[in-house]
Amino acid sequence: MARNWEEFFVEKILLIAAVSSVVIILAIIGFVVGQGYTALGTIGIINFVFGLIWNPDYGLYGIFPLIIGTLSVVAVSLLFAVPLSILGAMFLAEVAPRTMRRILRPTIQTLAGVPSVIYGFFGLIVLVPFMRTHFGGSGFSILTASLILTVMVLPTILSISEDALRSIPVEYKEASLGLGATHWQTIKNVIFPAAIPGVITGVILGMGRAIGETMAVLMVAGNVPLIPTSILSPVRTLTANIALEMGEATGLHYNALFATGIVLLVIIVILLLIVNWVNYRQRVTIGGGYL
Amino acid sequence: MNRIIPPKHANSIMNVIFWGVGILAIAILVLVIGYLLYVGLPQVNLTFLFTDPIDNGAAGGIWPSIVSTFYITIVALVVAAPLGVLAAVYLAEYSGENTFVKTIRFATETLASVPSIVFGLFGLAFFVVYLQMGFCILAGGLTLALMAIPTILRTSEVAIETVPQSYKEGSMALGSSKWQTVIRVVIPAAIGGITTGIILGMARAVEETAAILYTVGATTTVPVSLFDGGDPLPLHLYTLATEGISLPNAYGTAAVLVILILVITFSTNYLVERYTKKMMGR
Amino acid sequence: MENIMQVKDLKTYFDDTNVLKDVNIDIPKNEVTSIIGPSGTGKSVFLRTLNRMNDVISTFRKEGTILLDGEDIYDPKIDAVDIRKRVGMVFQKPNPFPKSIFENVAYGMRVHGVYKKAQLQEVVERSLKGAALWDEVKDNLDKSAMSLSGGQQQRLCIARTIAVEPEVILMDEPCSALDPISTTKIEDLIHNLKNKYTIVIVTHNMQQATRVSKYTAFFLNGTIVEKGLTDKIFIEPEDKRTEDYITGRFG
Repeated sequence: MARNWEEFFVEKILLIAAVSSVVIILAIIGFVVGQGYTALGTIGIINFVFGLIWNPDYGLYGIFPLIIGTLSVVAVSLLFAVPLSILGAMFLAEVAPRTMRRILRPTIQTLAGVPSVIYGFFGLIVLVPFMRTHFGGSGFSILTASLILTVMVLPTILSISEDALRSIPVEYKEASLGLGATHWQTIKNVIFPAAIPGVITGVILGMGRAIGETMAVLMVAGNVPLIPTSILSPVRTLTANIALEMGEATGLHYNALFATGIVLLVIIVILLLIVNWVNYRQRVTIGGGYL
Repeated sequence: MNRIIPPKHANSIMNVIFWGVGILAIAILVLVIGYLLYVGLPQVNLTFLFTDPIDNGAAGGIWPSIVSTFYITIVALVVAAPLGVLAAVYLAEYSGENTFVKTIRFATETLASVPSIVFGLFGLAFFVVYLQMGFCILAGGLTLALMAIPTILRTSEVAIETVPQSYKEGSMALGSSKWQTVIRVVIPAAIGGITTGIILGMARAVEETAAILYTVGATTTVPVSLFDGGDPLPLHLYTLATEGISLPNAYGTAAVLVILILVITFSTNYLVERYTKKMMGR
Repeated sequence: MENIMQVKDLKTYFDDTNVLKDVNIDIPKNEVTSIIGPSGTGKSVFLRTLNRMNDVISTFRKEGTILLDGEDIYDPKIDAVDIRKRVGMVFQKPNPFPKSIFENVAYGMRVHGVYKKAQLQEVVERSLKGAALWDEVKDNLDKSAMSLSGGQQQRLCIARTIAVEPEVILMDEPCSALDPISTTKIEDLIHNLKNKYTIVIVTHNMQQATRVSKYTAFFLNGTIVEKGLTDKIFIEPEDKRTEDYITGRFG
């Protein structure tokens, strides 16, 4: 009987540990929303989200330029990172010989492990001066930030895509090769299409990482809260906005920065719901025999 | 179908592109790490490592930052490792697939994707202000713990799930209870993956900046208690670099941070591999 | 002849799928009983019902009674864990733990609260000798069990089982993954073990059944078609289906 009590208590302790994730995420949402919603009330959601000017000194809290800043940096970085990651994943999963894989995999892992402040620092001392010399301007720009972000999201998209490519049954590949297709034709026409849901998951999670990235972008994007006019314009992202101003913010300004946090949370949750939906659909599609 | 490029040529062209991408990835890593070590290592010496900074880091060393990083990482791990591993055990061994478990999983996924600056906001609002801890090692460490939990949980869960059913059956057939089986067979068999998870969580705590920007303070003296402020390495680097205090010291700090992360990840990989080989009799 | 286990009107279900349909059999003490029959007729399910290994499957359900020393093993007051201590099991594929040879054998005792080094050492040695493995491993007790050959691993699993001194040992096709020489060693071992333990062995190999067991039960589609002395079943089976099976006409 003593043993049953032990088992019972152990299970309850494990359960509490498991529930802690839920409690933490609810607490985060609770506190961020709790601190931010007063600002939304005072400013008005429309004025907050679509307001064109962010200038706390004049009581103007429009984050539209910051949203555009985040979107432009994320879009340009994905433009680079998605093709590179997919090609890299195909290379690792299908083409690369053993030795190359044994070098490339740890390389990708290490790229994922490099601290974001290190990427930011490298961008600041190497890439910004380089861009200034070759493209003019200050060197702090959407393009600079996007290049750094490309390297940062590449490991995420690449490794998830590689897993997806690897999970395609080898029979498909053999069938295609057996019909006289070249290796590239097989990858392009058979393996990749079957792996698309996994690749989409990778891209969305990479996008989440890019949206949430703070330090690296903060150090190279220029942080001007204006709607950019070109890819070489400096921008300020939602995350950078919080990091820059939290130090001095009080009152409505403080709450408005928390409200910026709410916007970030909403974006992340939407992205995760899309990921779950894609994965769910994939399971349903395979289960229903479409594949 | 009009083909512009014959398939065999396309195949060769793509091979060149594939190799190009692979080499590019390696080149980027070598460039970033190599460059930072190249400019940073000459700045690193015993005095730099073991003395206090002078004038907010304009001169002097980074000893308080090393101590802060150490403390804050310990605080994060002491909280996150048990919670993450125990939760993983629950999800992998004690729960079926039901709505409740799906909720936990979605919460964990969300937690893993919350931007680090939002963790920072929460740390500020909850630990610093609401619990009145003030800006200190404890508040920063706890904020980092929350970030490390999903990393540790997911890696450990995968490790536990891959323990063969036959081990568990063997244990149960000898009359061990479920918990005995978990603690004596399942966890030892999964310990490699669990360790990797804890180290990944640790690396996340060591490198994180945004989450501690407004939780740990930026005191440049050596912290003594958990309620002292601190200035962990990444934060110190950020301040040095962006406030133009001292570029040489920033180089040195960056090099130390890079080496720390590389040593943590590679030494763990090595130890885990060795342990697994020994256990599997290879 | 004393019966250590008695199975009465046993029916088992997974969800609504009925696997065993009315099984009745007595297991005589200190003898070897073989369970033979084609694949998918519930032999393994039956074996796993005898030590409540099926309990871990949430959809599992049973009707009827199984007595061990006259006591119902599915009595709500009885803990499945205690039953498994008394009714040990050796699996189809050798499944040593990824621990040292010593720790594998000591495992059961540690779980049951024995921590004294001297006592552990004594039992480990006795069990390894009992499983005819001692001479091969005595100098390498600290080596990982995974480094042993398949046959040695299976004998280690038997040593691990007898270390907790069960009354009954269930064996689920213990030789199916082994080469002929290892199989012979395990069969010899079974011969010696029956002096102390009762053994129930599921086998696909009919020669094995005649070599190792005194009693045999023939399973077909979840019921026992015929049971009794092994010699009788193999030489003059009563049922046509038994005859067809042992002469290799199906299965």
